[in-house]
Amino acid sequence: MYEYSDFDAAFVRARVAQFSAQVQRRLSGALTEDEFRPLRLMNGVYLQLHAYMLRVAIPYGTLNPTQLRQLAWIADTYDKGYGHFTTRQNIQFNWPKLPDVPAILSALADVQMHAIQTSGNCVRNVTADHFAGAAADEIEDPRPVAELLRQWSTDHPEFQFLPRKFKIAITGSPNDRAVTRAHDIGLRMVRQNGAPGFEVIVGGGLGRSPMLGTVVRGFLPKADLLPYVEAVLSVYNEAGRRDNKYKARIKITLFEMGAAELTRRIEARFAELRPLFSGNDQVLLGQIEAAFAPPAFRNAPTEAYDAFYTADPVFRAWADTNLAAHRQTDYAIVTISLKAHGATPGDASSAQMRLIADLAEAYGHSEIRISHEQNVILPHVHKSDLPALHAALSQQGLATANVGLISDMIVCPGMDYCALATARSIPVAQEIAQRFNDLKLEHDIGPLKLKISGCINACGHHHVGHIGILGLDRAGVENYQITLGGDATETAAIGEKAGPGFAYDEIVPAIERILRTYLALRLEPAETFLQAYNRLGLAPFKAALYGEEGQQDAA
Amino acid sequence: MSRFTPKVVTGNALIEGDVVYLTVDNRWTRSHAEAELIEDEAHAQLRLLHGASQRQLVVGAYLADARRGPNGPEPAHFREAFRTRGPSNYPHGKQVDLRHV
Ligand code: SF4
Repeated sequence: MYEYSDFDAAFVRARVAQFSAQVQRRLSGALTEDEFRPLRLMNGVYLQLHAYMLRVAIPYGTLNPTQLRQLAWIADTYDKGYGHFTTRQNIQFNWPKLPDVPAILSALADVQMHAIQTSGNCVRNVTADHFAGAAADEIEDPRPVAELLRQWSTDHPEFQFLPRKFKIAITGSPNDRAVTRAHDIGLRMVRQNGAPGFEVIVGGGLGRSPMLGTVVRGFLPKADLLPYVEAVLSVYNEAGRRDNKYKARIKITLFEMGAAELTRRIEARFAELRPLFSGNDQVLLGQIEAAFAPPAFRNAPTEAYDAFYTADPVFRAWADTNLAAHRQTDYAIVTISLKAHGATPGDASSAQMRLIADLAEAYGHSEIRISHEQNVILPHVHKSDLPALHAALSQQGLATANVGLISDMIVCPGMDYCALATARSIPVAQEIAQRFNDLKLEHDIGPLKLKISGCINACGHHHVGHIGILGLDRAGVENYQITLGGDATETAAIGEKAGPGFAYDEIVPAIERILRTYLALRLEPAETFLQAYNRLGLAPFKAALYGEEGQQDAA
Repeated sequence: MSRFTPKVVTGNALIEGDVVYLTVDNRWTRSHAEAELIEDEAHAQLRLLHGASQRQLVVGAYLADARRGPNGPEPAHFREAFRTRGPSNYPHGKQVDLRHV
């Protein structure tokens, strides 16, 4: 795994020292809140509903066991014994006290982690496919490029005050697990005449005006990536609207300017910038790539796995949902579900973090990933180790066999924590998971992406959920709007609004009506909810939600 | 003329981030029921100015709708009700911190 260079380490330490002094000046009264607020945000410190919140970056979702143990230690020492993994591959601590934040940042620096650029109008944490470096369908591991982008964008003097925040996602696989079309820049690795390069997608984003990104370059040679990304940022920095916060994202620039003109400007800027890159970036990329060399995979028989799979139905259920194909046929990618039925999606206790760190060392070549779907991944586990791994995970409530099913939801913190929320999301998620578990329908329903956001900012990606739920405040009461047919993959789609929203105590029965309709109308069990929806359209689901009368109202 | 909705002055404590409310005697309390219920618009603005001036104690002071209750002011909106208690997924925050005071 990539290790900080001396420069990286010194930079992060210097930032901790700088921010520690700023906290001291705030506490002494030398800085007002107005002066301090942008400084704390630059270092990941938010003030939320009940407390401060610290957002820590997990670049391209990659952690080693030492780092995860340190996160557990921070949770125990300065917080309430847990952390929350987010849809942007960050971890959030929900209860830090302001005077403790410098010590937390220092503890993070000890393990090469930081909270820099997890807020503010800058390039945020670069996210990547959580199966990167392991997936069977991958062209190349995208993380070296993500790390190059992280180094390039960190404290980049030109891009610290963009019109608005800027999110980059990258995948090395044709099967898009990184939601590239919903990012300001999405990078999808493709090959042309055998050479790897990128399809560059610009202007995607969810939130208030959801839009899927547009391809501005079908094939960009890998060596041109940094000047091209710089060209996109540079054009956006100038053309992006600074007069209206709600129109400041690049998706609006693209919408207002048109794809052809934006592409023309990007290409023109790229032509200016390209000659200025003398190749040092490629030398650096080469060094980074060496640090991402695959582990020494082991050759061993896999009969033990096969025998367990046949004999143990609990293990089999888990293997069927939580394993994905590894590029080494004797290995598997393990998704550890942080979605136990009734638990808070994406939360891990310190004990769970420590166990995962231990198991990654014992069985996973010391590699850990955090997915934007708020689960933990052990990307390289030899099949013969899976039974022991599964048994160990069950000890800490980490063996839930539900990955890809309804209870494996993406859920933002909503009004239980977030100051921007208009309604709660967590309790809705908990009740849906419990309800379908009680009904024993979850496996029958099969693959389903349900995503919940507690406000229009859409951190819970509800627009691209097969079923999306958006919590709103309607005349002082929580109200939940349903969208159907969204898709976060390479066949990305924005979901369609089903009709008027539902009250808090009506939303779970409403979801149940949708899914009972699906079960009744699907052609065969293999037809997924999304396939059935795409075949049938909104009408039968609308009828199930609102009845004949309601259908007229909603029309 | 529309009737003025009563208010409390609230914000978050600078050091801990806890939700706090301004009392009649110019203290900051963690308990909504101890807050000063302000029933006059001009007085509300004055009290907000006073609250916002205490920059070393409180961050982001604002006026929140409230109403008279049997044990003191009660929040009028669900967001403010959550702020008096803490999150609904864990027994954290005021719902446990204030239990024995
Ligand atoms: S979607 Fe809204 S409520 Fe949810 S985390 Fe984002 S800003 Fe907060």
